Amino acid sequence: MSGNVLHLDNVTMQFGGVVAVNNVSLDVNEGEIVALIGPNGAGKTTVFNVITGVYAPTNGRVTLRGKVIAEDHPRGKMRKLYVGGHVYEYIHTVNNTPDKITKMGMARTFQNIRLFKSMSVFDNVIVAKHMNLKANYLSTALHLNGREEKQMREETLDLLRIVGLEDVKDEIATSLPYGKQRRLEIARALSTNPSMLLLDEPAAGMNPQETENLSAFIREIKDRFNLTVLLIEHDMNLVMDISDRIYVLNFGALIAEGTPEAIQSNPDVITAYLGVAEE
Amino acid sequence: MFSTVLPYLLSGISVGGQYALIAIGYTMVYGILRLINFAHGDVFMVAGILMVYITASGAPLYVAIPLVLVMTAVIGFAIERVAYKPLRSAPRMSIMISAIGVSYTLQNLVLYITGGLNQFYPSIPFISETITIGGASTRMVTIVTPILTLVLVILLVLLINHTKIGMAMRAVSKDFETSRLMGIKINSVISVTFVIGSFLAAVGSVLYFTNYTTVIQTSGNMPGLKAFVAAVFGGIGSVPGAVVGAFIIGICENLLKGLDTILIKAGWSTSMFGFTTFSDAFTFALLIIILIVKPTGLFGEKQTEKV
Amino acid sequence: MTKANPLLKPKKLDRATLISIVIICLVYVLAFVLEQVMPASSMLFTVLKKGATYALVAVSMNLLNGFTGLFSLGQAGFMLIGAYTYAIFTIPVASRLSVYQYYNGGLIQFSLPVVIAIVLAGVFAAFFAFLIGLPVLRLKSDYLAIATLGFAEIIRAIFQWDKIGFLTNGSNLLRLFPTFNDFNIRNANGDVVLYLSTLVPFVITGVCVAFVMLLINSSFGRAFKAIRDDETAAEAMGINLARHKMLAFCTSSFFAGVGGAMLAMYANSVQAKSFTTAMTYEVLLMVVIGGIGSVTGSVLSSFVFVACSEWWLRFLDQEQVINGWKVPLLRNGFRLVVFSLIIMAVVLFFRQGIMGSKELPDLFRKRHKLAGKGGAKS
Repeated sequence: MSGNVLHLDNVTMQFGGVVAVNNVSLDVNEGEIVALIGPNGAGKTTVFNVITGVYAPTNGRVTLRGKVIAEDHPRGKMRKLYVGGHVYEYIHTVNNTPDKITKMGMARTFQNIRLFKSMSVFDNVIVAKHMNLKANYLSTALHLNGREEKQMREETLDLLRIVGLEDVKDEIATSLPYGKQRRLEIARALSTNPSMLLLDEPAAGMNPQETENLSAFIREIKDRFNLTVLLIEHDMNLVMDISDRIYVLNFGALIAEGTPEAIQSNPDVITAYLGVAEE
Repeated sequence: MFSTVLPYLLSGISVGGQYALIAIGYTMVYGILRLINFAHGDVFMVAGILMVYITASGAPLYVAIPLVLVMTAVIGFAIERVAYKPLRSAPRMSIMISAIGVSYTLQNLVLYITGGLNQFYPSIPFISETITIGGASTRMVTIVTPILTLVLVILLVLLINHTKIGMAMRAVSKDFETSRLMGIKINSVISVTFVIGSFLAAVGSVLYFTNYTTVIQTSGNMPGLKAFVAAVFGGIGSVPGAVVGAFIIGICENLLKGLDTILIKAGWSTSMFGFTTFSDAFTFALLIIILIVKPTGLFGEKQTEKV
Repeated sequence: MTKANPLLKPKKLDRATLISIVIICLVYVLAFVLEQVMPASSMLFTVLKKGATYALVAVSMNLLNGFTGLFSLGQAGFMLIGAYTYAIFTIPVASRLSVYQYYNGGLIQFSLPVVIAIVLAGVFAAFFAFLIGLPVLRLKSDYLAIATLGFAEIIRAIFQWDKIGFLTNGSNLLRLFPTFNDFNIRNANGDVVLYLSTLVPFVITGVCVAFVMLLINSSFGRAFKAIRDDETAAEAMGINLARHKMLAFCTSSFFAGVGGAMLAMYANSVQAKSFTTAMTYEVLLMVVIGGIGSVTGSVLSSFVFVACSEWWLRFLDQEQVINGWKVPLLRNGFRLVVFSLIIMAVVLFFRQGIMGSKELPDLFRKRHKLAGKGGAKS
């Protein structure tokens, strides 16, 4: 049977009086594509942020292949937000920082595309390999790590070829059309050699044709790179098309879980999205 | 013992109030625009220079003082319109650099006009009279400053909490974008903020330069920086916080200046340790400690941000 | 994999880069030749020496502010540390008694070779940057600016404290250490045979700026730019923010320290109280005018800035009488006013500065797909 990759154990995330994520437990297993859906403001991106170490959960824990990567901690709790939120960029006193999580093999994309605006397509992808650099600061600065740099370049070029962005590799990232920017963000995440991919609304802003292409794309990279995928998505066509299982979130709490067919006919889910039917 | 400490305490209260009047300008602008107005200290200095030149041209004080207050408010308004408004959608660094540029320009303008020579502030009757309190000799301004500061602050807090424009200011400082969407005239709110801040800085300058009568182009640097530290100390965005912070800083700074004398008088030390050099650095050390230990300041608000 | 894929060769050695290297070499040769030929007291050399010094400091600040996005205003403090380190360690033993006259010749009773002292200047500055960076680098941009400014002021106060005067000479100036002019080669009569006083700062700055350019084009340079563009995304891509910000901060401060040492060598004397926040502001303005994110821009604008303030705009400070009519406005200090207004104009209307984010080779490249750069948000 496939092993468990990601496990959320009663995770709660509270910002002051607002409970953004309420006692959520979920699992993602090896080789699955799992979707997290729910109305706007349901807390989906917050779940991602807890998993990737941007927030420390108020309660509960997150494990990756059995190893605890995030859990509540009396000192770590909310320190990032509360202690001078407008003064500090980050505190991260206790829990794993997002870069550590990525080094453990979990990469993510963002809801609002966060490409490196001034850098080229090529550089956006190659910079994701920086974390695996073996040479030290001085050697790298003096360009003494030629072989390593060449290898990184080759890998980047290969990746760009696979995702179909090779021809625009020297363009500035933000000059690309929207659909290609989304693909670039995914390519950048792939560049970190992850075993698990977290996609935050990858189809946002896409038309049906683009979404269909994205669907095929995700399946293709999943197979090619042996990935496990957790995605947040609003586009039901995409979700139903590629997901193995679906979790539904509303007001921070899980209201349903199951296969696409089960979710489609689940009355609670329908109510959450459409409201109660009027007579 | 008390009589040794008293003169330093008094000058601390006096300068604390003056810092408070400047600090309010910093804290309000930061609350609304998230901008450290590096030029604010220089606006304070310009107010001092204006007074020198207006009285030198023969105008009587009852004309000069209101004129200085109004002109400084106008200058504050103009600076915002010319140097900050065009950059509102630019990256944060640009607008800070613009503030530094304005500061640089103001200092060079004043240097040019005064020729680099020390200017002497006119003596204002009543507040510059010498009086004796508890055996320490000081000026009337030492009494007037805290009282005047408190009165103005109370008026300002009333304005913020009980008027429409005050409510608009509070809304904008909580959420800039939404306020705009709700139809609040952002430009008016920002302009009013700058006008109030500059006006108060001008009042502060009248009091400050009555005590430290030399005015040159760099006169705004230290008071400006210290007032900013006071604003952060008290909790940036909070007017009462800025005032409390300013008084604390004023008092501590002066006590530190006199610490050598006090310690010697108290018999605890036999030679000058050289604390005076550090009275300026003290304020910065305080700033850094605050930023590390409690960055929201004494009365600051906790804020959350969405990723 | 395909061998020798032409797409993989880094753009480094293309035609434009070669042209740039040639031009830079020519500049060096020109500076060297001019110094042998022109009178040593010419303003040109003041500008070249001071310009080279500030070019290095501007590049160090650009590395931090422009390439990594850390708005730090502590440059003057690190320059101060570098200047003092250099001076303290190179004052000849024989002169120490007269320099440290109030401190019995001072604590240090040896002197080091110039090159070592310059490196030490950078090392000490970087070390203090490390200490300061630990608490400070976590702060958001405005607070980082003020905190670093505060530290620079604290450093300035400490260096004037007479209790450590045995090291720093308190509020007295340090002098008699080797300066740029000491590099001129003299014959037996004491006449100068070969002028090197301009070449030396050029070489120092050249080596340092070359290092910075290599750094920026390395994997770490890409990481710094990523941090500048989007910290959250950079962190999500495996870049440890604390470590990388510290690397940028210390590297920048190292070169600011070297710049401080150069300033000492240029000015012949060193005094803590001249390293004010105004100095940092001027460096910042040089960076802005040159173009945030362009090393070439910082170098160019430093020379232009120094030339204007020391030489070209001097005429604005002199009273002119034309045909018996006194030209209004022209008197002492007008130059700085004009200067400030030009700077404001650049900050408000030409935010890209002279070079934007382009480097020297880009000027010689055909304008191919750089259409993207124009489309990127400024």
